[in-house]
Amino acid sequence: MQVQSMHFKRNASAKLNDAVLQRNMQKAKGKFVDGRAKAVSEVENWEAIRTHAAALRDQCLANLDAYLLEFEANATRHGAVVHWAETAAEACDIIVKIAKENGVAKATKSKSMVSEEVNLNERLEAAGIQPIETDLGEYILQLAGEPPSHIVAPAVHKSKEQVADLFVAAHGKPRLTDIPAMTREARDALRDHFLTADMGISGANFIIAETGTTLTVTNEGNADMVTTVPRIHCVITGVEKVIPTLEDFATLIRLLPRSAVGQTIANYLTLTTGTKMPGDQDGPEQMHIVLVDAGRTKFVGTDMQDMLRCIRCGACMNHCPVYQNVGGHAYGWVYPGPMGSILTPTYVGIENAGDLPNAATFCGECQVVCPVKIPLPDLMRKLRERQHDMRLRPWSERIPMAMWAFAAKRAGLYAFLSKWGARVGSWLGGRDRLIHSLPGIDGWTQGRDMPAPEGRTFRELYVQRRDKQ
Amino acid sequence: MSARENILARIRRQQGRSGPTTAEEMALVRANIREHGVGPKPLAAQAEDSLELFKRECQRLLTTFAEVDEATVPHEVARYCAEANIAKSLAGWREYSHLHWPAAGIDYAARAANKDDTVGFTGCFCAIAETGTLLLLSSPDQPKLNALLPETHICVVPKARIVPTMEDAFALVRTEVGEPPRSMFFVSGPSRTADIEQTIVIGAHGPYRVHVILI
Ligand code: SF4
Repeated sequence: MQVQSMHFKRNASAKLNDAVLQRNMQKAKGKFVDGRAKAVSEVENWEAIRTHAAALRDQCLANLDAYLLEFEANATRHGAVVHWAETAAEACDIIVKIAKENGVAKATKSKSMVSEEVNLNERLEAAGIQPIETDLGEYILQLAGEPPSHIVAPAVHKSKEQVADLFVAAHGKPRLTDIPAMTREARDALRDHFLTADMGISGANFIIAETGTTLTVTNEGNADMVTTVPRIHCVITGVEKVIPTLEDFATLIRLLPRSAVGQTIANYLTLTTGTKMPGDQDGPEQMHIVLVDAGRTKFVGTDMQDMLRCIRCGACMNHCPVYQNVGGHAYGWVYPGPMGSILTPTYVGIENAGDLPNAATFCGECQVVCPVKIPLPDLMRKLRERQHDMRLRPWSERIPMAMWAFAAKRAGLYAFLSKWGARVGSWLGGRDRLIHSLPGIDGWTQGRDMPAPEGRTFRELYVQRRDKQ
Repeated sequence: MSARENILARIRRQQGRSGPTTAEEMALVRANIREHGVGPKPLAAQAEDSLELFKRECQRLLTTFAEVDEATVPHEVARYCAEANIAKSLAGWREYSHLHWPAAGIDYAARAANKDDTVGFTGCFCAIAETGTLLLLSSPDQPKLNALLPETHICVVPKARIVPTMEDAFALVRTEVGEPPRSMFFVSGPSRTADIEQTIVIGAHGPYRVHVILI
């Protein structure tokens, strides 16, 4: 997917004025938030599980090279071929090469955000290989020619009417708007593809060092076919996804579906280790695992390494007031919401995604719900500081900031300015005690009013009351 | 240098370690793995009777179940198929082909399911009470497709094979099988999707119905 994050402000205002999107987003938000809250409330020791999960992710990241090597050794022992890609282009090159060498004409895919990140579908098509997205949400988006707007529910921005139109165009059948019937139509359309594809491409929610296992978590059952039926199975995943043992997976899977959609467990967990064994009636003859860096190691060993603990549950975006209103596309790349506001600037360069770390109200909800306790607001603040130091923020922001800093460091001056500021503000508030427009920063008051100050500052009141006693 | 070396070297350099990964570091990681440390489990999963918990979780997932003797499994399948109004022909695992299927009016084919089969019949390696989950391991006579392609999946679960948690299931794989087989497939209820308007629909790419027969 091409990076569009530099246009966040423009895209966000367009999305705010898009009535259909607004309606679709409002429908979705309650379901995610309530679902998670209910599922989490059923687990008395949720906090203890979270703490354990964060610690095990940290332990792995602290020895990432050794865990990756252990994974590689065990995967290889079971007959898989492990490939390494430093960049997005390299990852695509590897998969296209495997496909070409094996005469692959069609590849079924289960949902993989890494494959979106590296533009794999485009590259496969250019090489004459037909990629078929099989996750229902991704299938809808492939028909629409759009990128996902959510990492768990990629088509959350679409209404059933919009989907119905896409299905009529693609399937040439009578228009349906009953959701179960539409789902059935998509199932029928994809059935043959599952059975006739030469290659299955999946992501991996985690990879397990102990056994060389890769695994997928789905509700639809599509990943299970993608990893079972075709003669070649290709996994594309990030280098940070490695965890030590099967037991660690048991811990993480208690957190992932509950945080993502409020389910106690996802319907299908498929742990695949190596190739088909002698006599097996199903399973691939070749298994390839592509471990992708593409910016991930930029976090390693820095004060932002915590971000690599992410298990891609999407809870931070589901609970983000900015995401809930502008949707995922406004963020301009694969990863939206708070996690995207940290991943995108780091992966693609802070200069290409400058507004993202600022697209937050700092309400802190993302950190509260993150199952692996990533301090997302802190990390966004660090990126903001970095932007400031790199002089990447506009003058209109930097000059007022510098002025504020100058005044805040001088107590007398600050007292004087705030005293008069409060009085002017109070006067501007008029009868209804609301300021409707602020000269110079009228963008701020465009969509909201500012409550007027009451005329005295805290410091004045403090001095007054102290003297009375 | 290759991508592999570059990635590994970058990780080490940024974490303040020089040179390639040492034998001691690898030994430490392996020792940690061998401990198989278990994290905190939900209290509910520890306290309860596993069979009762399993049944309750199945209900939550919309998995139906019945309790019978092994010998009457074919009759239970016949009853279920009649009730659900589906054809009484199964693609099933070999290990259950010896049951008296014809007596119950059922046509049982011991083979991997294909796209025309409407009912897939399997056993399981074990089942997990905490989440109402079935664990199927791949092997020549236990094709996974029988649990995936047909619209109905019927699975036999011996009550003695219900373990409390996923950790217990993995421990059982280690003691009884050793190395994990090519596929460890955890099934929890019929397939579903909520990709159109977050509306839950049962029956996405996998089965519409999962029926567990407890013996
Ligand atoms: S940052 Fe946390 S909440 Fe957000 S997707 Fe990652 S794990 Fe989930």
